[in-house]
Order: sequence, then structure tokens, then C-alpha cells
Amino acid sequence: MKTKLTALVAAGMMAAAPAMADLVVPNLSYRTGPYGANGTQYADGFNDYFALLNERDGGIGGEMIQVPECETAYNTEKGVECYESTKDSGALVYNPLSTGITYQLIPKVSVDKKVLYTPGYGRTSAKNGKVFEWVFNAPANYWDGASVAIKYLLDENGGDLSGKKVALVFHNSAYGKEPIRTLEGLAEKHGFELSQIPVDAPGQEQKSQWLQIRRDKPDYVIMYGWGVMNQAAIQEAANIRFPMENFIGIWWSGSEVDVLPVGEKANGYKALTFNGVGMDYPVYDDIKTHLIETGKASQGGEHVGSVLYSRGMYAAVVISEAIRKAQEVAGTSAISPEQLREGFEQLEITPERLAEIGLPDFGPEIKMSCDNHGGSGMARLQQWDASAKQWNLITEFTEPDQEIIAPLIQQDSEAYAAESGITPRDC
Amino acid sequence: MLYREAGDFKTSYRDDGQTFPIRLDRWGYYIVLAVAFGIIPFIINDYWASAVFVPFLIYAVAALGLNILTGYAGQVSLGTGGFMAVGAYAVYKLMTAFPDVSIVIHILLAGGVTAIVGMLFGLPSLRIKGFYLAVATLAAQFFLVWLFNKVPWFYNYSASGQINAPERTVLGWAVTGPATSATAKYLICLCFVVALAWVARNLTRGTLGRKWMAIRDMDIAAEIIGVNPLTAKLSAFAVSSFFIGVAGALLFAVYLGAAEVGEAFGINKSFLVLFMIIIGGLGSIFGAFAGAAFMVMLPVLLKNVLVGSLGWPTDLAAHIELMIVGALIVIFLIVEPHGLARLWALTKEKLRLWPFPH
Amino acid sequence: MDQLVFAAEVFLNGLMTGVMYALVALGFVLIFKASGVFNYAQGVLALFAALTLVGIQQGQVPFAHLINAMLGTHISSFGWTVPALLAILLTAGVMVLLAFLIEKLVLQHLVGQEPIILFMATIGLAYFLEGLGDVMWGADIKTLDVGLPQGISDGIEAVTGEWFGYGFFIDRLDIWATIIAALLVAALVAFSQYTKQGRAMRAVADDHQAALSVGISLRFIWVMVWSIAGFVALVAGIMWGTKSGVQFSLSLIALKALPVLMLGGFTSIPGAIIGGLIIGVGEKLFEFLIGPMVGGATENWFAYVLALLFLVFRPQGLFGERIIERV
Repeated sequence: MKTKLTALVAAGMMAAAPAMADLVVPNLSYRTGPYGANGTQYADGFNDYFALLNERDGGIGGEMIQVPECETAYNTEKGVECYESTKDSGALVYNPLSTGITYQLIPKVSVDKKVLYTPGYGRTSAKNGKVFEWVFNAPANYWDGASVAIKYLLDENGGDLSGKKVALVFHNSAYGKEPIRTLEGLAEKHGFELSQIPVDAPGQEQKSQWLQIRRDKPDYVIMYGWGVMNQAAIQEAANIRFPMENFIGIWWSGSEVDVLPVGEKANGYKALTFNGVGMDYPVYDDIKTHLIETGKASQGGEHVGSVLYSRGMYAAVVISEAIRKAQEVAGTSAISPEQLREGFEQLEITPERLAEIGLPDFGPEIKMSCDNHGGSGMARLQQWDASAKQWNLITEFTEPDQEIIAPLIQQDSEAYAAESGITPRDC
Repeated sequence: MLYREAGDFKTSYRDDGQTFPIRLDRWGYYIVLAVAFGIIPFIINDYWASAVFVPFLIYAVAALGLNILTGYAGQVSLGTGGFMAVGAYAVYKLMTAFPDVSIVIHILLAGGVTAIVGMLFGLPSLRIKGFYLAVATLAAQFFLVWLFNKVPWFYNYSASGQINAPERTVLGWAVTGPATSATAKYLICLCFVVALAWVARNLTRGTLGRKWMAIRDMDIAAEIIGVNPLTAKLSAFAVSSFFIGVAGALLFAVYLGAAEVGEAFGINKSFLVLFMIIIGGLGSIFGAFAGAAFMVMLPVLLKNVLVGSLGWPTDLAAHIELMIVGALIVIFLIVEPHGLARLWALTKEKLRLWPFPH
Repeated sequence: MDQLVFAAEVFLNGLMTGVMYALVALGFVLIFKASGVFNYAQGVLALFAALTLVGIQQGQVPFAHLINAMLGTHISSFGWTVPALLAILLTAGVMVLLAFLIEKLVLQHLVGQEPIILFMATIGLAYFLEGLGDVMWGADIKTLDVGLPQGISDGIEAVTGEWFGYGFFIDRLDIWATIIAALLVAALVAFSQYTKQGRAMRAVADDHQAALSVGISLRFIWVMVWSIAGFVALVAGIMWGTKSGVQFSLSLIALKALPVLMLGGFTSIPGAIIGGLIIGVGEKLFEFLIGPMVGGATENWFAYVLALLFLVFRPQGLFGERIIERV
């Protein structure tokens, strides 16, 4: 029995291993479990962009890209299994879309020499490339998000937030707790009052929290939620008639699936984003001709153009640009993870380049370096139009307040370095 | 023919009372140990360690622990995840507070801390039993997870509340931290498993184990023959929690390396370990191992077959995997409610008679 | 004074939330009473029912994803929509069918097993149904709309505003849930008191053997009880699904119902209701009064601790059958 099992597993592994010649970018996705609905769209976008490059351009620099998918169900143990099962197949870079799995992989990737790319999630202080050599989190991180949201509120109020009340509704987990220190710093700087309202996972019952908000009457609510917590929060906010335009979600609380169940009453809800939304980009013509019409789109292309699809695609865009850069720097098309890391560190995505690949103004300008693995941190706001059922971008890309964030990043990354015995490298 | 006890004479009570009374079993046991210590460490790679062996060994410890409580003492617990979290956070605090003390001692101490917490949450068992107790232990599960999430002292005031295992060594080999080799991970877990299984086996066949079983079979009768339910139940909770705490400590320090309490030690852990002992067989040491092996390997196997060999889309495969796991659990319970251990015993019974069944 | 008014509002909302918990707990009680099975799959049943309801309403093709993957087609919808009431009836039919299958394939083979084995079997069932629901209807978040109103009730806000100077927030969905729950309980009581099948059900709950010996078909009763529990799950699924969309997390409401069961007793329908109310009020008031001091998000564990403390003093729950047993 056991030998048979072993043989079967071994056979399974053999079959799973892709040919070594291609560039391998594993997609650690989750299409099941509590966050499956969100993960599915992201994974589709991620797959489709690479599929498009393969179909249209024959890969990057003549190398085809393999995107073996592995289901993690947002579970760290399965995530580890996925990582281990793909890492020996020549994998270059990982994008697990889970803060938990990211924390797990951060120490591992530096030993195995793989790139970890966590756009808009993961460990914020990974921006410090001196400590986190193998981790990149451009274009923006959780602290940038909090700062951009406050900056937007400052603009709304003519630069003065003193005496205002801001409530933070957050997923009571590592992810949700991320922005607290930044917001505390910003509250001190701008003189607004911050109240913290945790919601335990999964969070479909939030009556206490919103009754509290109704009593305290904060001027603004910022939300760091994920999964069912988003829908429940937006629904409760609508129920207590909290003005939607004063309710701002982080980018993980701002997709179609979060607002659609609430219907008309979600109109005006705002969320941060670091990627463009909607179908008004030339690249979708290519996706249509090369993928959807040929039936090669992931899941039949039913999510094309949604916020999370676009974000998955954006992650794929950055990775593919880094691969291009790495090929250019290394002078070879079959790059190694080390060379890809170089590519990431020298990566520069200009607005011109974005327009060139059919995605004008789709993301902020990115310029990375040896010590800055997090890019500019710019993000923008989008607002939900319930009658048209679409997100509209309402601001330009805004810089976060590095005065508050930079020292925090320094402090947190140094604490990590001390704890793990890492000597920060010189840049 | 091959497997029989004829000619295997015992000349002392000591011999008669040994764990493996049949010579062939004994050999089998030694061979398994020899392979586990002598061969696997040299051929194991990262994938096999992380996907199969290390989780199997760690869950075997947890299953042993829960089996002591549920299988031997008859107290159903759904607080396993919470108790594993206690072990994990205890070992983290100890590791970071006393970096010079050996990690082995820390892991054992973490087990001790968990034993105390377990006893505390075992107190209601003196009043409540059956499903009411099972649901009551969920209070431990949710409260402990909330506590570790809420009190920054437990995670050393880090910004996000994640805990990371720093590198610690045993005899010069790193056993925690990112640089740990597959062999080291495997061996440290194996040592704990073998030692703890030996302890469990000997506890359960001694006075304590008999007291537990008496309480399980009929508590009133047990009390009449002089078993003190207070000490018997609390000792079961303590010993069980010790095992589970060690498992939690190993899971965090050796296997995961980083953990977030709600995610790594949620209610699903409690159910998973309960599954293991029921599929494996309640009240059986072998059952704990069989159940852990089954529940760890089945999903990996299904995933590799469905996605790897058949090339199905991962989401479909994951959904169908859920269906297959669910259906297999039901089928198992229907075919053999006493678990894999019972199946194994029946097989041995048949083998003894083979090839002359009458 | 303000504090008192706020507390009153929290109290009322706690009651309403309690009703929502009780709706889930009801299904547990029905099955436990009639067959001694602690049905962990009740939460998944609610999810499955809600998924099926939305699927039927929107004319989704069941197993579309599987068919597409196998045959390379691109079907997803029949292109029609079904009126809410008809869809609810059809879903109830599906739940009856499901009950029949569960009895036939699972329970029938597990007669006479220990309760823990039956419990584990229902967890296996929960896994299976979770996978099946996803394969049948897809894993994306669905909007459930059967015409139930939602949002603050203006009337109550105006009235309380006049009385206390602070308008209370009461969700209209909660009011509807309360009405529906009351109707449901009334119907269940009437059914079990005044119909032949209902009496047979109570007989089975009292004593399996005795019921068998007077000619009651145990299997029929079980199918019936599971069908009723399926219907209760459907109602719970509609309520919770309307609240936050139909998705995986819906199945986790089972965890909210467990403390209710402990408090109310596994075998008592009024217990489930009263237990639900106590848990709802207790956790909301605790979060309101103590929560801010300890950092909030206490609801998940407080419900269990409350039930636990209660059980220490009254081990059979509020209305549970008194089993004289000293431990």
C-alpha cells in the first residue's frame, strides 16, 4: 500500500515538473476556501498575461513562460507544500497573495535564492532591500496605502484634519493590524483622532462594530478587510446610513465582489488601488483576440477587466518587465533567479513603457534600487458607481508621506534583522 | 504461514507483557526504526520533508496526545488548535528570551506550559461530558487564539503579530530557522515522536492508563472501584496537552518557521487532529500514526494525481479533492468505525491463519 | 444616561442577532432530537441551500465549470430567471432529495454507532457538500435577493428618537428574520403536535426502539427530519446570504450556533431560541461594555465562555433533557 502510494506520488511529481528550459513563474493561487472568490480572479489575471505573452510574442526574449498553478486555499501549510513542490523546477519568482504564506516564505527564499514578489501585501518593511534581499513589494505597501488615504482626506479638508475622527475597521490578523502604527503616527502629525475597531475573521457578523461607529460618529472610516468581511462591512455601513463617500477601503477591500452584493446602496464607496480598472486599455484587444477567442483564457475569461483580475495582471506585468530587464542585464534569455533579482533591483517602469505594452496609466511609475524594493508607494482612489456597476478612478497617483513611513520601515526591518541574525548589506 | 506465534515462547511475565509479543512484529518494529533513522535521513529532500514526513511526524505527536484524552480517557476535545498555539507561543517566548538554552529543553518546557493550560481548561470536564464538553473546549480554542492575537507581549511587540522562529541548533545542526536542512528537520521530529510514542505506550498500559480507560468506560463504576475522577481526568488533560503542546512547538519552530495564530492554529486544526484519531482508531497508539499518515498524505496524493497526472484545473481539482476526502471519511466510518488500527488488527488476524483459514 | 440608551440599543440588536443564531441552531436541534446525530454539516447545508437557490433563480447550469473543463464548452447559464418563490420551492425540493440521499447513503449504514462516529460522519459530509456546492455552482460570491428589505428601519428610528433623543438602529432584515423565525417555530410546533408524522417524530425522539415496535418507520422519520432541517438551513441561508452574499464563509455560521446549542440544550427547540437570544445579547453587551477595555473582537470567544460558565452550573443546558448523572 505504502509503496504504491509512494510510487503514485512520485509519478505525480514527475508529471508536474515542467521542462527546465522555460522560464518558470509558479502561481500559488487559491480558488477554494474562505477567500476563494477573490483569489480566483487574481489568479486568472496573472495566468492570462503570461499566456498572452506566450501566444502573442512567443514568451519574453524568446523564452516561453510556464505558469504552473498550485492551489493553497489560503492555508500556510498548503502554501509551503506548493512552494517546495515547485521550487526545484527552476522557479524564478513567487507571488502567493497571502500575508501568512509570505511571512513563511521570506526566510526560505533567502536560503533557496528565489525572488518573492508581493505587490500590495506581505511584509511592509520588506521595502528595505538592505535587509530583505530577495523580497520586493512595489508598487505600494499597506503603510503607503494608509498614508495615501489620509492624504486624500487632507486634500478633501483643505489640508487640515485636526479634530476630525477617523475609525479604522480592520481584519483582526497580521494583515489588518499592519496600518495601525502608520495611522497612529499620522494621527499625531495631523491632529486627528484615531479609533481602532477590530473584526475577527471571518467577520460576517459586524453589528457591534457598526453600532459603535454609529454612536461615535467618526468623520471617516478606513477599512482593511478581506473576504466576507468586506461585503458585511459595506452592507452594515449602508444599513446605518454611513455616508459611503467617507468610507475608504484598502485595495483588498475594493473589488466588484465586495460591493455587488450590497447593490445600489454601495454607491459612492471608495477604495485605494495601485492599478487601473476597467476594459479601456489596448491590451484587452490582444487578450480578446489571442486568448478569449481561442479559448485559452484562464477560466474562459469570465473575470477579464475586474479589479482583482487587473491586479493579478499587473503583478504579471511587473514580473515580466523585471524578467526583460534581467535578460538585458545578464545578456542571456534563460535567466536564473539571481539574475531576476538583479532585474528587479534595476527595474524601471515608466509611463511610456506602460503605454507601449498597451496599459497606459495602468500603474504608478516604478523605480527600484538596491535599497528600495518597494517603489514609490504611490496609489490612487477609485469610487464605485453602483448604477453602472463599475469602478471609476477619481484621483491621480499620490505619493505617500515617507516622513512617517520611512522611519517605521527602518525600525521594523532592523528588528527583523536583529531577530534573524541578518547583517544588512551595503547599498 | 509466515506470520504466526507458534514457537514463540515466553518464559517470564516481563516477556509476556511486552509491546510486541509476536517476534515478527518486533522485527517489523525494529526494521521500521532502522529505516526511519538509518535510511530516510540520507535520501530525504526538501519536498518530501515539508510535504509529507515532517507534517506527518508532528501531527502524529498531536494525534497521540488527543488520543490519550479522547481515545483512552473518553473526553472529546475540540481545543487542540488552541493548545497547539500555546505550545507554539511558549516555545517562541522561551526561544527569544533564553537563546542560549537548548531548543530541545524549550520544546519540552512548552509542552509543560501547555499541560498547565490544558488542565485549566480541563476543569469543566468534571461537570460536563459528551458533546457539551466538546463544544465547551471550543471556548479554549477561540479564547486562546484571541489572546495570542491581542496581547502584544506574546509576539514580542512585532508590528503585525506574526512570530518568526530564529535559528537554533542541536549538536551544531540548525533545527529551526530557514537554513535548516531537510534531514535535520526530519530527525528532530523523529526523535520526539519515537520518545513520546514510547512514553504514551507505557503510560497507557500502566496504572494511569487503566484509570483513564476505567473513566472512559463507565465513570461511576470507576469511581466506585477507587479511581478518583478528578485526578484521572485532569491527568489525562495534562498529559494530552503536553503532547499537543510539543506538537504545536514543533509545528511552529521546525516546520512552519513563522506563524500567525488565527491562521495556523484555527479551529480547522482541532478538527483535523480529531479526524486523525477517529480514522486511525480511538484508543490505539498505532491508530494515531495511521490516522496522521492518512490525513497528511491523502490530500498531497490527490492533488498530485488530479493536477499533476490528470492535468485538471487546480480549482476543480481542489473542489473534487474536498469531495473525495469527505466521501472517504464517510466510507471509512461506515466500513470500519473503529478505524485503521482495527483494520490492521483484522489483517494480522487473517495473516496468522493464512493460508489455512480453518 | 447616554450610556444606558446605547446599552438599550445594543441589547435590542443583540436580541435580533440572537434570532439569526437561533435560526441556525434550530436545524441542529431538530436532527439531534430525532436521530441523536450532532450534525456539524448544518452550516454547510445552509450554504448549499443558498447556493442552490441563487443558482436556480439565475438559471445557472449546474456543474457548468466541470462540463466546460471536460468538454471544452463555454456554457454557464440557461438564460432564464426563476421567480423567487418558485426558486425557494424548487430548492426545498432539492433539500428533500439531499435528505433522502444522506439517509440512504450515510445514516442507514451507521445506525447504532457511537455518537462521536456519527458526528465525524457529518463532518465528512460537510467536506463533501462544500466541494459539491462549489463544483455545482462555482465558487464566486453570489448576490442573493428574494425581495427581503434591508437597512435601518425609519419608523423605529423616529419613534425612539422622540422617546430617548437617540434614534435606535434596527435592521429591517432582522425584523423580518424575527417574524420568519417565529412563523417557522410556530409551524414546527404545530407540525410536531398535531400531525401524525409529527407525533411519530416525537416518538422517535423519545425512544427509537419503542417507536420501531409500534410500527413507525425510522427511516422515513429520518428522511423527514433531515428534510425539515434542510428547509431550516434554507431559511437560515436566505437570511445570512441576503446579509453578506452567498459564499464559502456562510458555512462558518455553524460555529456561531454551537454556543447557542450548549446554552439551550441540544434537544430543545425553545432552548435554541432562548439560547440564541441570550448569546446574542450577551456577546453584544460584553463587546459594548468590556470590549473597549480589552481591545475588542471578543464576540467569537465570549459566546463560548458564556455558555461554558453556564454549563458548569447547569450541565444539561437551559432546557436540555435532565439526565441524572454525576461525574
